[in-house]
Amino acid sequence: MPIIQKAKSKPPVAKKRVSDPISIQILLIGLTLLFFIGFVFVPLGLIFSQAFQKGWSFYLDAISEPYAIEAVKLTLLTVAIVVPVNAVFGVAAAWAITKFNFKGKTALKSLLDLPFAVSPVIAGLIFVLLVGSRTPFGSWLGELGIKIIFSTPGIVIATIFVTFPFIARELIPLMEAQGRDEEEAALTLGAKGWQIFGKITLPNIRWGLLYGMILCGARSIGEFGAVSVVSGHIRGQTNTIPLHVEILYSEYNFTASFAVASLLVFLALLTVIVKSGMEKHFQKNSFHL
Amino acid sequence: MGYTVFYLSAIVIVPLSMIFFNTIPMGWEPFLNAVTAPRVLASYRLSFSTAFFAAVVDAFAGLLTAWVLVRYRFPGKGVLDALVDLPFALPTAVAGICFATLYSPIGWFGQILARWNLQIINTPTGIVIALIFIGFPFVVRTIQPVLEEMELEIEEAAQCLGATRWQTFRKILLPHLFPALLTGVTLAFARGIGEYGSVIFIAGNLPMKTEIAPLMIMSKLDQFDYAGASAVALVLLCISFSMLLLLNAVQEWQQKEYRS
Repeated sequence: MPIIQKAKSKPPVAKKRVSDPISIQILLIGLTLLFFIGFVFVPLGLIFSQAFQKGWSFYLDAISEPYAIEAVKLTLLTVAIVVPVNAVFGVAAAWAITKFNFKGKTALKSLLDLPFAVSPVIAGLIFVLLVGSRTPFGSWLGELGIKIIFSTPGIVIATIFVTFPFIARELIPLMEAQGRDEEEAALTLGAKGWQIFGKITLPNIRWGLLYGMILCGARSIGEFGAVSVVSGHIRGQTNTIPLHVEILYSEYNFTASFAVASLLVFLALLTVIVKSGMEKHFQKNSFHL
Repeated sequence: MGYTVFYLSAIVIVPLSMIFFNTIPMGWEPFLNAVTAPRVLASYRLSFSTAFFAAVVDAFAGLLTAWVLVRYRFPGKGVLDALVDLPFALPTAVAGICFATLYSPIGWFGQILARWNLQIINTPTGIVIALIFIGFPFVVRTIQPVLEEMELEIEEAAQCLGATRWQTFRKILLPHLFPALLTGVTLAFARGIGEYGSVIFIAGNLPMKTEIAPLMIMSKLDQFDYAGASAVALVLLCISFSMLLLLNAVQEWQQKEYRS
């Protein structure tokens, strides 16, 4: 399954091209705009209008009340654990897949796509089944005083599961395109494994890695279904930002809910801007992308 | 490499296998009873039909958007292009409360629709709307690169031979774009079946009417019916996987056709 990725291809050709009559162009662009207005612009506008409905002071109160702060802290903690863990895994997986030949490579590759095909609710469910307090493994952990489900470790693990393909998926095409020549040259010059990795591979993939980490981070902040299953919704303890939004909404505290949601919208917009900015950067300075 | 395999088995294989281990002790009879209960069947039917309709709408909207973004130049194009990714980046719960408010009888769109007695919220239509939003980028982002790579010469040749623009599109562009379109639509469909966060707010979750399959899993879990939840999840998993396998097979077959 190919990951969704914009072509980082050649710059637009300046030559005269076959094109549609201007009337058709206007019609099609108009239709596209209409779709965007209905599905993107108006919804975004609604979020902000709802968030500021009761004025600035209410907005600031809603995002700075203790439960909201706890939710932000928990989300940041989760992201701070998930992104580095998945970055290490992503590099290792991409390295293994692109630089070595071994049996079961295709199987490994398709395993990487798995979380895309699995419903987030199922992603949460499998960890409840594995380490929940009613399972043998979970009760053994419980005796040791370790609680995973309905506490922070569960949230972290479920988020890792949902977001682990992002970085590897970004790196594999990149490392495949680069080939092994540079590493092999370094090897013949007597470099050690770690030296090769640190001096050649890592600098070559740093942009792709950063890009994958941004996507992974964005998804970790916003993950709802999987986290919702394993969190237990304990206010101030196991509530991430999206869960906090849900609770406020279901208490009919709409304005506060949208206020907190608007924080997530800012982050999403930021992600989108950084992403498209990096894509432009790739297109300009690309030697391999 | 050993590390990769270990990590994958710890994070993916072992947890996923738990679904089987929790279903097997049930035995065949209770398993069938669990997954063919009328409420569960209704939820499967709902999840599939809404995901299907949303994927079809996304096919048109995605093709149109990709076409406009690749082929035309107009002010604000960069902004639209960047915003295509918004459904990926926006947390699903935020999308959910947003659409639920927008289409509620007193919401911006809901008010207008209420004049014609159209209700969106708490109906399958609402679910379709949320899923259109979620699946949209999959279609655009799979078609866009293919469209960008396409040689304009082929179209020029077609035009020289006297084909109209519409003929060129139907006979040349569409067959070429079809594999990418199919991939994008299947991804949107698969995502739609499993989607939870954006749907539950607008769906209203009425049993038998607007209760999606992932929600069935959720409510079984809330009642600590772990076996039942795994049974429902197992069926859902098998269907999504076979769909992706089918997609892979179709793609390989198409590539062979293309080469020969």
